[in-house]
Amino acid sequence: MSCWETIADYALRSQGFGERLLPRTDFTLCQQFVLIGSGMIWNIYFGIFALVSGFFLATAVALGKAAENPLVRKPAEWFIFLFRGSPLFIQFFFAYFVFLSLKGVSSFFDPFTSAWLGALVVLFLNTAAYSGEIFYGALQSIPKGDTEAADAYGLSGWSRFRRVIWPTMLRLAWPAYTNEAIFLFHATTLVFFSGFPATQQRGDALYYANYFADKTFNPFVPYPILAGYFILLTLVVIGLFGLVNNRLNRHLPQDRRKSIKYKPQVIR
Amino acid sequence: MFAYCSDPTTLDGFTWLSCYLTTGKHMSIYWAVGTVLLLLAITAPTALAFGFAGASAARSAIAPLRWIGKTYIAIVRGIPDIAFFLFFVIALDQAFEYLRHKVKCPDWDEPIRQGNDFVVCTAAKLPLGNAPQWVHETYGFFLAVLTFAIVFGAFAANVLFGAMRAVPKGQLETAEAYGMNQRQTFWRVLVPQMWVYALPGLSNLWMVLIKATPLLFLLGVEDIVYWARELGGAKQPQFTDYPHPDWRMWYFGALLIFYLCFTKVSEVVLDRIMARLTHGQATAAGERQRKAAA
Repeated sequence: MSCWETIADYALRSQGFGERLLPRTDFTLCQQFVLIGSGMIWNIYFGIFALVSGFFLATAVALGKAAENPLVRKPAEWFIFLFRGSPLFIQFFFAYFVFLSLKGVSSFFDPFTSAWLGALVVLFLNTAAYSGEIFYGALQSIPKGDTEAADAYGLSGWSRFRRVIWPTMLRLAWPAYTNEAIFLFHATTLVFFSGFPATQQRGDALYYANYFADKTFNPFVPYPILAGYFILLTLVVIGLFGLVNNRLNRHLPQDRRKSIKYKPQVIR
Repeated sequence: MFAYCSDPTTLDGFTWLSCYLTTGKHMSIYWAVGTVLLLLAITAPTALAFGFAGASAARSAIAPLRWIGKTYIAIVRGIPDIAFFLFFVIALDQAFEYLRHKVKCPDWDEPIRQGNDFVVCTAAKLPLGNAPQWVHETYGFFLAVLTFAIVFGAFAANVLFGAMRAVPKGQLETAEAYGMNQRQTFWRVLVPQMWVYALPGLSNLWMVLIKATPLLFLLGVEDIVYWARELGGAKQPQFTDYPHPDWRMWYFGALLIFYLCFTKVSEVVLDRIMARLTHGQATAAGERQRKAAA
């Protein structure tokens, strides 16, 4: 079987298209590359959707945490503490079983027990909490002069936020937010190991890498392939976020621009 | 456990719960909490040692050593850590068995990898096939600790490497001016001073380490996640005196609260340590403390 046929069979296997049976014997390098790559679709899907939706909630949470009113501040603080203080792995398990119980109450919750929605909800809340904290930090370090200038120009309320505070907050938070995005993509590998079932063996990249490692009893091939894919993904994320970073900093003189430093910090 | 538990059918409410939560099976999950704490207690210093070695290697004057150190630090970047966990457990196991195989059965002529099998001679099996159950469990736990130490060692190395560079250059130059050689400068000046700079990073790492402990489950150790799944599942009356529907939600809720409390306590303790260490230091935090007191 040539590699092209393998690609035709397995390239979309993680979405349920193509050959139904996974390879069982005589694993070729091509099969491992194609199937693990196919699984990456899930990682990218979870990453992008959680990131985009989480971004808005994160802004709201950051503003909430910075608010004077304790009725707004306390829930935001608790939200951040809840999701940053506990392991993502446990959050996945907990959410899965909560959704499973809710399923008995109403059929509205049926899709939540499958990974594509249930895990996405958890990742969305989780990244919102982590980025919320980053945005809050940035909000605290907005130069006083910027807000004073906005006041002097007679800006207030929404237009002050939209034109001065929000762009500055994003600019200051962006390097840290890039790291958050990278680690969010890494965290997506936990999904299929934490309760959420991989129906008909439609799993993510790590699911297939683990499959091959279990079957061949040789971890030295599938895991480096997975690592290669993730390094590529990381580079793409850094590139895209770098473009946004340039745009956010475009009004600054060259030497005051902050470049994105890649700092691995978080495991959830 | 309690005397009144002998006949579960007569119990209700809190007495039922008190009996339910003290059954023999439930003791396993409490022991598993002990396992997690033990893992933390062993891993934290080991990872710190790995990190120290990595950071010292990364700033070594010998090029190959420096490359090894830098690669070690860089290796956890860009790749999901859970992939490392899954990888190292098999890889380490096979590496140990391979080494023992080479030593114990030198005249073995078949290849070790036969198709999809990894075959070593019986004497090299780890743990030996006839070993008691606890040896198997301890070996599994040992592999898990080593895996955690390697992965978190890389993170610690990153932190310590940064801390070593944060020690003011003037300090090192002064040491040289006093005629200390490189080794003395390193041990007497650099190492004692780097901890203040390393502590914020290390306390962050500790939080991260706490949050990584449920991954023990993926390494095949019977930890709290394993028991929560096991005990929470629906129980039928014919198998147990304490039947209940699917309670896994509550068990994982309890784990969530356990971790939140653990994080909170660590946060408070680490803040105290930090406050004590920065006391009187010529750093921004130390200055703030001085001003607040004055």
